[in-house]
Amino acid sequence: MYLVALKMLFGDQSKYMMLVSGMAFATLLMAQQSALFCGLMSWTYSPLVNISASIWVADSKVEQVNENKPMRDTDADRIRSVDGVAWAAPLYQGIVVARDPTNSNFKFITLVGLDATTLAGAPGRIVQGTLDDLRRPGTAIIDEFAVERFSEGRDQPIGVGDLLEINDNQVEVVGICDVQRPFIGGPFVYTTYDRAVSTYAYKSRKMLTFVLAEPAAGLSPTDVARRIEAGTGLKAFTREEFRWSTIRWFFRNTGIPMVMGITVFIGLVVGMAISAQTFYSFVLENTRFLGALKAMGTPTPVLCKMLLFQSVAVGLIGYGIGIGITVAFGRMALSTRQIPYAMPWQVPAIVLGIVLLISSVAALGGILRIARLEPAIVFRA
Amino acid sequence: MSTVTRDAVQMRGVDKYFGEGDARTHVLKTTDFDAPLGELVMLVGPSGCGKTTLLSVLAGTLNADGGQVSVFGERIDQMKPAALTRFRAQNIGFIFQQFNLIPTLTAAENVSVPLLIQGKSNAVALKRARDVLERVGLGHKAGERPSKLSGGQQQRVAIARALVHEPRLLICDEPTSALDRENGTLVMQLLRDVARSADRTVIIVTHDSRIYRYADRMAEMEDGRVFRTLDSAVAIAAEHSGHG
Ligand SMILES: Nc1ncnc2c1ncn2[C@@H]1O[C@H](COP(=O)(O)OP(=O)(O)OP(=O)(O)O)[C@@H](O)[C@H]1O
Ligand SMILES: [Mg+2]
Repeated sequence: MYLVALKMLFGDQSKYMMLVSGMAFATLLMAQQSALFCGLMSWTYSPLVNISASIWVADSKVEQVNENKPMRDTDADRIRSVDGVAWAAPLYQGIVVARDPTNSNFKFITLVGLDATTLAGAPGRIVQGTLDDLRRPGTAIIDEFAVERFSEGRDQPIGVGDLLEINDNQVEVVGICDVQRPFIGGPFVYTTYDRAVSTYAYKSRKMLTFVLAEPAAGLSPTDVARRIEAGTGLKAFTREEFRWSTIRWFFRNTGIPMVMGITVFIGLVVGMAISAQTFYSFVLENTRFLGALKAMGTPTPVLCKMLLFQSVAVGLIGYGIGIGITVAFGRMALSTRQIPYAMPWQVPAIVLGIVLLISSVAALGGILRIARLEPAIVFRA
Repeated sequence: MSTVTRDAVQMRGVDKYFGEGDARTHVLKTTDFDAPLGELVMLVGPSGCGKTTLLSVLAGTLNADGGQVSVFGERIDQMKPAALTRFRAQNIGFIFQQFNLIPTLTAAENVSVPLLIQGKSNAVALKRARDVLERVGLGHKAGERPSKLSGGQQQRVAIARALVHEPRLLICDEPTSALDRENGTLVMQLLRDVARSADRTVIIVTHDSRIYRYADRMAEMEDGRVFRTLDSAVAIAAEHSGHG
């Protein structure tokens, strides 16, 4: 009988197309917006992706990784002395202005200063130049986003050997790295901690943004983070804690989640409206056949399940198409590097749940009608 | 002519009302109706007298408001809805004036539906369906959709569908009124052959006097009541002469 149900549905091509495209559209709207949102959210914690460290220590008021509430230089030593800390390295992170001396283009950059001896937190993928050159005076490694930004209006894209001016100091580009771009601030520019705080960054009384730390062998980052907090009064996050703290901060302090929530809701409403309406008229048009099936002895629960099956079938087909388009869009987005896009498994899973909900609600109208249908109507012309 | 041993259908004092309050109308007025096994029974009468309603009640697709309805000795007026649905699926074949073939299914698929309702596998049901289509002379149209068939062919497909699960009672409301003479004749010959097999009964509601001659028995209805039953072809011919 379910095969009969499918044939009834697929045979009605215009309704079928309408239902499938409604579902595909709703899926696309919801999945794509969620992926954009997740991508955007992942940009908010880019430093956590780019800089590998198990424990991040910051001023006790810090809630998210883009904040700069500096600590005293001596705090690094206090952290080192906490029992269970294998090593700790200072990190500067702040927004400054950089200038291309060839054409006087000013751009904001996110300046990152790494501990010169360990280079802890250095970018993992250097696509041009070498990391070690960073130890030479007056040097910096820029990310690909910076190449893009500073190459505007140049004959040749900026590359290794070219100069930039950061806070009126000449800096030689000795490498280009591939890192995840930030949500706020500009491209990442890496230099050493000492050069960053002494010359490139804007001066203030305290300059130490973060201290990166690793737990001693056999200890968990969470335990050691708690010990650091107890021992120093500073805030210590594991990478995961800092990520969620950052995401929560953006949820609380920006309208982005709201906008994306509204879009998902619109997807749900539009999908529901189109498919419920179309499916109901499909049921209406087929009432005499469904009535005939009922008269011929099809139990009402079977008829209802047939309707649900039809509705879920178009829901799943539409979902497949919608997710397919979203993934195609995602490939495109990722290849341009301009558009945020991330699809954790929760996105397709939740959208699938919503699509099944829409399908069930759409089927409900028809089911109520058919359940109350007098089979005797089939004798009436 | 009729050698009645047992009634396939027996209705006693059946009442049916439609509507509520002032709009309430008494459609079946404490009527009796019988249909013996092995006969083709016609139910005739003026429009609006309640023929379709009576047919719906004895088919178990409409509940009576009073009286007794027995089909093959079972009191269907006392059955629970689920049992009644199962009873219909097993014992009753339906033929409608408007055919009611599902337009997106092929002839064979349409015919297989009653078997699918009974839970038979698709392959078994389709094979049976093709055999029965063969019997109504439409074996070569098994793969066609109804829209590709003439009215007469569609009604023959509908008959095949009504017969495929070998029900003992066939119920037809105006089976020939949408057909021309030639196709009507073909359909009636098929239905009469069905009725000739010993334990089958065919009940036909009709306005079409051209087909009266196929009846073994004729129940005449007026104003919600069967008022007379002619129980032989001779009697029918005498009453309704000049036709057929
Ligand atoms: N569902 C219904 N609700 C209200 N009234 C109904 C309903 N079904 C039938 N009736 C009324 O009951 C009466 C008998 O209808 P029925 O269809 O049984 O007559 P009929 O003899 O089959 O007529 P026809 O020859 O025109 O088909 C009519 O007056 C009709 O209007
Ligand atoms: Mg009628």
